[in-house]
Amino acid sequence: MRSKSAVKFISVIIIAAVIAYIAFFGIKAGNYSISPVQDNIRLGLDLRGGVYVLMQAEGNVTSDAMSRAIAIIRNRVDSLGVTQPLIVKQGSNRIRIELPGINNPDQAIKFLGQTAQLKFVGPDGKVILTGADVKDSKAIYETDQTGVQQPVVTLVLNDKGTKAFADATQKFLGQPIKIMLDDKVISSPNVRDVITNGNAVINGMQNFDEAKNLANLIRAGSLPVTLKQVEYSSVGATLGPSALKASEEAGLYGVILVMLFMIAFYRLPGVIADISLGIYILINFILFALLHVTLDLPGIAGMLLSIGIAADASILVFERMKEELRAGKSIRASLDYGFKKGFVTVFDSNINTLIAAFVLFFMGAGTVKGFALTLIIGVIASMFTAMTVSRFLLKTLVEMNLTDNKKAYGA
Amino acid sequence: MKWNLDVIGKTKIWFAISGIIILAGLIAMFTVGFNWGLDFTGGTVMEFNIGKPFQTSEITNILISHGVKDSQVKAIGSEKKQVSIATKSLDDKTRAEIVNDIKSKFNLNDKDYLSSQNVGPSIGQEMKFGTVLALLVASALMLIYIGFRFNFEMGIAAIMALVHDILIMLSTYALLRIVVNTPFVAAILTVFGYSITDTVVIFDRIRDNLRIMRKASYAEIANVSINKTMTRSINTIMTVLIMLVLMYFFGPASIKEFALPLTIGVISGGYSSIFIATPLWVIFKNKEIKNRAGNKAAKA
Repeated sequence: MRSKSAVKFISVIIIAAVIAYIAFFGIKAGNYSISPVQDNIRLGLDLRGGVYVLMQAEGNVTSDAMSRAIAIIRNRVDSLGVTQPLIVKQGSNRIRIELPGINNPDQAIKFLGQTAQLKFVGPDGKVILTGADVKDSKAIYETDQTGVQQPVVTLVLNDKGTKAFADATQKFLGQPIKIMLDDKVISSPNVRDVITNGNAVINGMQNFDEAKNLANLIRAGSLPVTLKQVEYSSVGATLGPSALKASEEAGLYGVILVMLFMIAFYRLPGVIADISLGIYILINFILFALLHVTLDLPGIAGMLLSIGIAADASILVFERMKEELRAGKSIRASLDYGFKKGFVTVFDSNINTLIAAFVLFFMGAGTVKGFALTLIIGVIASMFTAMTVSRFLLKTLVEMNLTDNKKAYGA
Repeated sequence: MKWNLDVIGKTKIWFAISGIIILAGLIAMFTVGFNWGLDFTGGTVMEFNIGKPFQTSEITNILISHGVKDSQVKAIGSEKKQVSIATKSLDDKTRAEIVNDIKSKFNLNDKDYLSSQNVGPSIGQEMKFGTVLALLVASALMLIYIGFRFNFEMGIAAIMALVHDILIMLSTYALLRIVVNTPFVAAILTVFGYSITDTVVIFDRIRDNLRIMRKASYAEIANVSINKTMTRSINTIMTVLIMLVLMYFFGPASIKEFALPLTIGVISGGYSSIFIATPLWVIFKNKEIKNRAGNKAAKA
C-alpha cells in the first residue's frame, strides 16, 4: 500500500513535469512537433506594441456595405505588409483594426481612414472612369460556351460611365484595362468586345471567393462608406515588451511568495497545494494557447488574481481539515471530510465569481473582455485542480504514511 | 489559531466605520467629482520619451501653434524625462503634425514615440451605461443563485454587502483621485465577484451551523460561523493581496493604477463579508422573529 501510493504520487509529479517541459520548451519527434505554449499565445498590442483603431461608419449602413468596407480595409492593411493583423466587425457599424509592430502609427491610420479611390485605367495611363461611375458590381456564376460554370464579376455603369467605357473599349480592344484601388492594381482584364450598354463582365477568376472579393472592392469604391475613427491607441515598440517583462516579474515573485506562504501555514498540505498551484498555472497557459486567448495587460491582471483565488480553494479545504484534526479525527477521515465540505463551499462561491465574469465577458467592451476571459478560465481551472489534483496527491500522500504527526498537517 | 470575537454584538461600530468612509466618499464625489479618464471623457493622450530634462512650456507652445489651447502637459517617469500630453480629441492630421513637430524639436526617433490614444466622447457614454447595466444584471443573477442555493435573506444581505463594496470602491476613486478608465470597470466587477465569494463562504458555514446549533440564537450562530472561518478569511485575503501588492510594485504603469483600487476593494470585500453581510443577515432574521411574534400578538 505504502509503496504503491509512493509510486502513484511520484508518477503524477513526473507526468506534470514532463507536460510542463513540453509546454515551455516544445518538442520535436519525427514529423510531429509541439511548439512551446508561449509561441501560441497571442499577445495584446499593449504587450508587443502596435496600433489599434476603431472605425465607425457614418449614418445608416447595411451589413453589406460594412462587409465591403472591411474588404477595402483588409486590402489596404495587406498593402502595409503588417504581420498578423486583426480586422473584425464590432457591433453593427464599427470595425476594429489591430496592427502589431507599426512604426509610424499616424501615417497608417490616415491611410486606413481615407475614402477608397477606385479607378479604371487604360494602357495609355489615362483614367477612363472612377468609382463614382459604377452603379453596381456583383459576383455571379456564368455558363460559358462549353457549358462550364465560371465565377465572374459583373459591372453596371451609369450614363456617363457607359459612354466613357464604350469609347475606351473601342479604343483598347484586345488590350488590358487596369482596375485600380488606392493606386494598387486589383485586376486587369483584357477587353474582348466593345461594350456600349454599360453592362460589362470580368472573367478569369480563380474561384467564387475571388470574384466576390473583387466585386466587393469595386462596389466599395463606387459606394464609399464614410468611416470615422472613434477610438485609437498606439503603444510603442519599447513600451509593450517592457510592460510584458514587468508583469512577468510581478507574477513570478507573487507566485513564489504565495507558495512560501502556503508551506509556512499548512506544512505538508501546503506543499501539495503548491504542486497543484503549479499544475494550475500550467493548465491555464495550455488553455490560453488552445482557446487562442489574446493576452493583454488586463488579462494578465485577471490571471494573477485568479492565482489568489486558486489558493483559496486549497485554503478552504485545509481549514476544514484542521478543524477535524483538532476535534480528534484521524488524518484520513479529516481529509475526506475536508474535501467533501470544502467542495460545496468552493463550488457555491466560485459559481458567483463565474456569474460576474460571464456578465463581464458578454457585456464588457474591449480589454474588459480579455480580463473576464482569463478570470473565467482561471476559476474553472482552479476548481478542477483543487478537486482532482490536490485531492489525489493529498490522498496518496496520506496513504504513504510518512508521518502520523498532525502538526505536519497544519493542526 | 482560535478566534473568539463578538462581531454581531458590535454591529453598530462596523456600520459606523463603513458609513463614515462612504459618507466622505460621497461628499468627494459630489463636490470634486471623479477624475474621469480618457475612456470616458474622450480626448487624445500622447507619450514621448524626450530623453533629457525639458520645460513643459516648450511642448505647450508647439500645441498652441497648431491651435490646441486646452492641454495638460506633464513630465512623467522616475527622472521626469518623459512627457504625457493630454488634449481634447484631435483629428488624424493635426495629431500627425504635432507628433512630427515634437519629434524634430527634440530630435526623437520612432522608438521615442511611446504611445498615443484617442477616444471619441460617445464611447464613454456607452461605457458608463454598459457598466451600470452589467452590475445590475450580475447582481440579479447572483441574487437568484444565492436565493436558490441558500435563502432569500442571505441573498439580500450579500447583495447589500456588494453595494457597500462598490460604494467603498467609488469612494476610493473619488478620494484618492484615481483616474477612472476602462480598468476601473474591470476592478469594480472583480471586487464584485471576489466579495460575493467571501460572503458565500461564511453563509455556507451559517447554513451548516443552523442545522447543528438548533437552540442557539441567530447572533450566536453568526458569531460562531465568523470565528470558524476567520483564519480562512484572513489567509485568502493574504494570498490575493500578495499578488496585488506585487502587481503594484513590480507591474507596469497601467497595471499599477489598477492594483491599488483592487487592493482596497479586496480588503473591503473581505471586511464586508464579516462585518456587514453577516450582521445584516442577523438583523433580517431577528426582524422576522419579531414580526412573527407581532402577528401572533395581534391575533390574540
